[in-house]
Amino acid sequence: MSPTADAAARDLVRDALARVAPGPDLDALADTDDVRDVLELDSLDFLRFVEHLVAVSGVRVDEDDYPQLRTVADAGAFLAAAGAV
Amino acid sequence: MSTGTAAAATTSGTDRGPTYREALREALREALHADERVFLMGEDVGRYGGCFAVSLGLLEEFGPDRVRDTPLSESAFVGAGIGAALGGLRPIVEIMTVNFSLLALDQILNNAATLSHMSGGQFSVPLVVRMTTGAGRQLAAQHSHSLEGWYAHIPGLRIVAPATVADARGVLAPALACPDPVLLFEHAGLYGTTDDAPDGPGADDPAGVALDGAAVRRPGTDVSLVTYGGMLPTTLAAAERLAEDGTSAEVVDLRSLRPLDEETVLASVRRTHRLVVVDEGWRSGSLAAEVAARVAEHAFYDLDAPPERVCSAEVPVPYAAHLERAALPSVDGVVAAARRTVG
Amino acid sequence: MPSLGADMDEGTVVEWSVAPGDEVHRGDLIAAVETEKSVIDVECFEDGVVEALLVPVGAKVAVGTPLAVIGTDGAPAPSAPSAPSVPAEVPAPDGPPLPRATPPVRRFAERLGVDTGDLAGTGPHGTVTHADVRAATRPAPAASPAGGRLRVTPYARRLAAERGTPVEDLHPGTADGVVRGRDVPAAPPAPSAPRAATRAGADGMRAAIAARMTRSLTIPQYHVDAVLEVGAALDRLRELNRRAAVSARIVPAALFLHAVARAARRVPELNGHWVDGAPVPATSVDVGVVVSLRGGGLLVPTIPAADELALPDLMTALREVVERARAGRLRSSDTADAGLTVSDLGDTGGHAVHGRIFPPQVALVGLGAVVARPWADGDLLGVRPTVTTTLTGDHRATDGVVGGRFLHAVDDVLHDLEEWS
Repeated sequence: MSPTADAAARDLVRDALARVAPGPDLDALADTDDVRDVLELDSLDFLRFVEHLVAVSGVRVDEDDYPQLRTVADAGAFLAAAGAV
Repeated sequence: MSTGTAAAATTSGTDRGPTYREALREALREALHADERVFLMGEDVGRYGGCFAVSLGLLEEFGPDRVRDTPLSESAFVGAGIGAALGGLRPIVEIMTVNFSLLALDQILNNAATLSHMSGGQFSVPLVVRMTTGAGRQLAAQHSHSLEGWYAHIPGLRIVAPATVADARGVLAPALACPDPVLLFEHAGLYGTTDDAPDGPGADDPAGVALDGAAVRRPGTDVSLVTYGGMLPTTLAAAERLAEDGTSAEVVDLRSLRPLDEETVLASVRRTHRLVVVDEGWRSGSLAAEVAARVAEHAFYDLDAPPERVCSAEVPVPYAAHLERAALPSVDGVVAAARRTVG
Repeated sequence: MPSLGADMDEGTVVEWSVAPGDEVHRGDLIAAVETEKSVIDVECFEDGVVEALLVPVGAKVAVGTPLAVIGTDGAPAPSAPSAPSVPAEVPAPDGPPLPRATPPVRRFAERLGVDTGDLAGTGPHGTVTHADVRAATRPAPAASPAGGRLRVTPYARRLAAERGTPVEDLHPGTADGVVRGRDVPAAPPAPSAPRAATRAGADGMRAAIAARMTRSLTIPQYHVDAVLEVGAALDRLRELNRRAAVSARIVPAALFLHAVARAARRVPELNGHWVDGAPVPATSVDVGVVVSLRGGGLLVPTIPAADELALPDLMTALREVVERARAGRLRSSDTADAGLTVSDLGDTGGHAVHGRIFPPQVALVGLGAVVARPWADGDLLGVRPTVTTTLTGDHRATDGVVGGRFLHAVDDVLHDLEEWS
C-alpha cells in the first residue's frame, strides 16, 4: 500500500467519523487512538460510523470486521486492503 | 329629475347620516348665511348645481349674486376671486377638477401665494379654492389626477384634504377665517360616502375641526399607515385586513398637506417603528416622498424597516376600468407593503 | 404549551415553523419550545389551518397556555391568508417595478431550483440578480447575507446600544437576514449559542437533573441484580445482522431494550407511577431511554408502546430518538410520560449501573456492558458474554421479589430466540 493510498483511506475514515462525532475531540484524535473510547461512541454511533464508511468507500463491512476498525490507522488499512482506495 | 335625486339623497341621508357631498353643501349654506361677504363662484355651480352636485339648490336659496356661474376660464375666475379677496370679500371658488386648476396655476402661485409676502404683510388673500381630485370613476387622464402634492410644495398656501364627512362639514369655516389662501381638495370618490362613526371628531361641532393637524383614524402598534383624502378608506380597509392576521396597523390621516403635521406622524412611527405611506399621487417627487423623507430625517433611529410607499403607477391614469384599478393603490398593495415592513 | 416532561412547568417558544394560513396535519412539527433541559419540537395534534399564533417567539409561558389557534372545519380560514399575496389578476401597482428578476435570471434560478420570490434582491429596486441566485444555493452564514455587513435596522441598533448588546452578537430572526428590533434580546443578552443540544445551557440541564434526582432520594428504593448470559442471543443477532444491510443491523442495546419492554408487559407492577400514595399502573409500555449527551448531561426521551414493536422497528425507533435527543431536536411525542426507564451504559461503559428512579415512575432498569465472564454451564465452566442487569424499584409500590421476577423475565425473553428473531 502506498503512503498516498494510506493517507486517502484515513481521510475516508475521518470523513465518516466527522458525520457521527464532529468536534475538537475528532480534531485531536491520533491515528492510533481507539476511536470508540476517545470519541465516546456508543453502539448506535458506531453503527452510523460504519454506515458512512460503507457509503463513502463502497467496501462491505460485516460485524465480524468491527475489531479491525478500532483506530483510524486500522480502519484505513482495512479499507485499503479491501481496495477502497 | 334633479329634485328626485335630491329627495333620494335626503332620504338616504336620514338613514345613514349625511354624505360627504351633503356635508360640503351644508357647510357652504352655513357660510353663506353667516357672512354676507362670502360668495361661491365657478363653472356650473349655479343653475346646474355644480359638476358634482355639491352646490345643488344654493342658487335658488341665495340668488345669483352669491352663487355665480362663471365663463370657462379658470385663470379669469380664480384671478377674480383673488381680487375679490383683496377687496375685502370672502370668495369660495370651485374648480371642476385639479387637472383644470393648472390653467389657474399662474394666479394661484404667482399671485395668491405671494402677495402677502411681497407686500410685507399689508395685503392678505383670504381666498378659498375648492376642487375635485383623484381617479376611480373612469374619467381618464385629463380628469383623474392627484396633483395636490404639487400645491403642497408652494409656500404661502394652505392645502387641506378632508377625508371624512365630519371634516368635509367642518373645514370650510376655518378655511374662510384663514387670512391666507386655502385650497380644499375633495376626492371625487368620497362624495357619496358617509362616516361610519358620525359621532367622530367635529361631527356635532363643526368648529371642532381644525384647519391643520393630522388625525389618528385607527390606533395600532405594529405599523403606521400614513395617508390622506381619497386613500383613507383604502387604508382603513387594509388595516382591517392586517388585523385579521394579527398585525396591528395605525392609520394616520394627514388632513392638512401643507403645513404637514410632522409631530403626529413622527409620534406614530416612534410607537410602531414602521412606516407605509399611501398616496394616490405619483411616487416620484410625491407627498409620500416628503413624508418618508421627514420620517427618515427625524425618526431614523426608530425605524425597524425601510419606509414603504404605496402610490399610483407612474402613468397617466388609464380610462379602461381594469387598467385604472391596476394603476391605483389597492388594499392588497397596502397590505403587502405593511407586511414587508413587519418582516 | 404542552407538558414536555413530568417536571416541566413552563416553556419558551423559540421558533414557529408555521404561519397563519398554513395548512397543518397531525404529526407536523409546528414550533420549537425550549425547556430547562432542551429544545423540543412540538407536533400538531389536529388537521386544519393555522388561524393565529398566540405566543410570540421568545415568550415564556406556563404549561397549558394556548400557543396557536388551528381551525379544523376543513376549509382554510378566509380571514387568514397565507404569505403576503400579490393579487393574481392585477399587477401590484405600487411595489418595486415588476418583474423582480429579469427573464435570464429567472431561467438561471429555475435551473438551480431557486424560487426568486424567496430572495431579498440586491439589485436596483430590489431586483434579484444572478449573484443573489447563486448566493441562495450556498448555505449562507445566517448572520451576514449582505457581503459581510450585518443588516441591522436603525431601531435594532439603537435597542442593542441601549441594552449593551454588541451588534455583532445579534442574529436575524427571519430568512432575509435582517436584524430587527424584536431580534435584539431583552437585557441582559441571553447566551446566543447556536441551536444544539446544549442550547438550553448545561446549567439548566444540570439543574433539572439535580432537582429530579434529589426528589428521587426521598423515595425508598431497593436494588436487585442479575448477571445474564447472552451468548446465544448475541450469536443469533450476529447471524441476523450478517444477512442485513448496515442500515438494518440491530445493536445489542436494542435487543436488551426489547427484552425489558416485553418483561414489563409480564410484570406490570413495575410499569407505572406512584401518585398520591398509591400505585397507578400504566396502560401501555412506554419506556424512557436515558441518552447521554456528548457535551455532558442527559435526556430521557420516551419510546411509546415499545413492547408492541418488532425488534427491527424498535431498533429504528431507538436510533431516531437518540439522534433527535443528541441533535437537541426532540419532538413533543418523544416526551410522553414513561412508565419505566432504561439506563444502558453501553458496551464501553461500566459493568453495572445502580440507578435511581425517575419520579413518579416506580422502576429503573440498568444494563451494564457486555462482558466475557467465566460461566458455569452444567458441570462445565466456559467463557460467555454476560450482561449485569439491575432493577431499582420503588419500595412503596413493590418489593424485591417483584424486581427479581422482572429480571428473570428479561432473561427469558433474551433466551427465547423464536420470540424476537
